Amino acid sequence: MSTSTTLEAPNSGTWDGGNEPLKASYGKLMMWFFLLSDAFTFGALLIVYGLSRHKHLPYTGDPDAFTFSTEWWPIPEKVYNAFPGLHGMDLPLAFVALMTMILILSSVTMVLAVEAGHRMDKNDVQKWLLWTILFGSIFLGCQAWEWAHFISGDDTGMVLSDGTQIFGANLTVNQYGPPLFADLFFFITGFHGTHVFSGVVLLVMIFINTVNGVYHKRGHYEMVEKVGLYWHFVDLVWVFVFTFFYLI
Amino acid sequence: MHSDHSHDFDHTADIPKPQTKVIWKTFFILVALTAVEFLFAFTMDAGTLRNAIFIVLTIFKAFYIVAEFMHLKHETKALIWSVLIPMALVVWLMVALISEGSYYFDSVENYFN
Repeated sequence: MSTSTTLEAPNSGTWDGGNEPLKASYGKLMMWFFLLSDAFTFGALLIVYGLSRHKHLPYTGDPDAFTFSTEWWPIPEKVYNAFPGLHGMDLPLAFVALMTMILILSSVTMVLAVEAGHRMDKNDVQKWLLWTILFGSIFLGCQAWEWAHFISGDDTGMVLSDGTQIFGANLTVNQYGPPLFADLFFFITGFHGTHVFSGVVLLVMIFINTVNGVYHKRGHYEMVEKVGLYWHFVDLVWVFVFTFFYLI
Repeated sequence: MHSDHSHDFDHTADIPKPQTKVIWKTFFILVALTAVEFLFAFTMDAGTLRNAIFIVLTIFKAFYIVAEFMHLKHETKALIWSVLIPMALVVWLMVALISEGSYYFDSVENYFN
């Protein structure tokens, strides 16, 4: 016997739950407002990044002559120039370009799953959800590699004024520039990565439900739409993190 | 507890054809905008103008994701504004605090040097 309390027929009176404010269902509306509050959190983190960046000296000289120093905020082409399997090669922004493409692709497969849900096409929903889970997991793997590289550092490191060398970064020392730079890197990309991880967990849950025919029996795939909203938001945040961290 | 409409969708022949034209168009716009960003990153010297170009392109990308993928363009006006107005205030806060950061940097420089 089912323990769920889902109503067989929704209430329809204006004061009986039948009224839909803003012509969106309760679940979708609440997802929108949750995402709005989440956007405030990410906005706050990016605002702190902008403020910290502007109170440090920007490097204005020739980019080729740039060396890591606590004096300057680092320029992104010099920090993010590594690629898995290509040790020691200078490939500025190549890996982050790959990550961005993967996340945009996962957004497309998600919207295709939503579209399939509108048509009640269970097989297509399953197929596109699996692709989205795959791309999301690859993105998480890429981020794990990126973090591992950022923490262990490159071969040159940074030479301090007393002659000691430091490699890599943690919350207090950082070979790439001011320690605050690494703190913000860990916080912002970490918070985004946590969102991607939660998104993958939600996708696995709705994938299992889809396979079991839960949404088919319910008569609509609105849950896929709601998780889709969340997943696109994660992609949206990455668009901003990418611009402010890796380009500017 | 099977509801009555479950058998409505059992025939695979009833499933309409996918309508994915707009989705792929949006995808190619996003890829193109990202490619343009990389083009500027490698061919143009860093500076205020380049940063402004990046921010404008980012806003275009954000528009396509929110309007098409998140379907906000097709929601009611009231929902669109209840999402956009709070975000506009966040942008205001961002501009205010970034200029505050520059001011803080200037004053510390002038005070100690």
